[in-house]
Amino acid sequence: MTMTPLVYALQGASTLPSNDGYVAAAYIVFFALVLIYVVIMAVRLGRVERRLQDLQERREDESGEHEKRERELV
Amino acid sequence: MRSPSLRALSISTVLAFCVSLSLVFFYAPIEADQGFLQKIFYLHVPLAIVALCGFVIGGLFAIAHLRTGDQRWDLRSYVAIHMSLIFGVGVLLTGSIWARASWGHWWVWDEPTLVSFLIVFLLYATYSPLRFAIEDPERQGRYASVFAITAGAFVPLNFIAVRLSASYVHPRVLGATSNLPSSMAFTFLVSLAAMALLFATLCSYELAAKRTRILLKVRSRTLGFR
Repeated sequence: MTMTPLVYALQGASTLPSNDGYVAAAYIVFFALVLIYVVIMAVRLGRVERRLQDLQERREDESGEHEKRERELV
Repeated sequence: MRSPSLRALSISTVLAFCVSLSLVFFYAPIEADQGFLQKIFYLHVPLAIVALCGFVIGGLFAIAHLRTGDQRWDLRSYVAIHMSLIFGVGVLLTGSIWARASWGHWWVWDEPTLVSFLIVFLLYATYSPLRFAIEDPERQGRYASVFAITAGAFVPLNFIAVRLSASYVHPRVLGATSNLPSSMAFTFLVSLAAMALLFATLCSYELAAKRTRILLKVRSRTLGFR
């Protein structure tokens, strides 16, 4: 009887202890690591966006004051 | 931050990971010797290969920085090394989980492959403290590049030395791929491609974030804001 390598592999695997938990743990650890990194990046991006908004507001305030002063002078 | 090329890279990474995970869990056969535990190798080995290549790439960028004096190469070198360190943490964690299941120990000190990777990881862990201990940006970039080149040259030498080592219990994947069934080899290559894409995507995001922050700082100074 001829057997494919896959059948051999499956037969061998059936006698081995189940290590599903370890495999799941390894993949969870990896995706958690990527997720932590993405969260850190998102927090940093939020900070940059806030600074950018602050910069824009301050610039608008200054240009507003400048126009006000010009109007007062006229 | 939201350029079309970055979006395309992100989408291709997600797709590559979906394909890779599908192949790992639904296509690649269960290995006869290790059983289901061998599935960790489709994650652990590509992580290790990409991390080590990232360190070498960081060294190559550093050479470009020293040759041209262009600060962008220094930034690329820094980001490649930074990302490889994060991938290195993944290698150590997934490797330890596999070792615990297979050998019954989280770590084996007399195994050259493990210890040599830890040495490389710890060597690069000193890169950031060294870099940020120097205040002058030009000197900081120059010193960091010298470090990246020296350490980058150490990585392949270390790899070769470990391969030549006589005693090891850590399984060999590279060089033994001819023994792998084609379905396993194909799954491994797809996993490697997905991991390389993830590395490229995260590096691109990190670079874009760093450039934006530098630009913001310059604009703030130009406008006279703190």
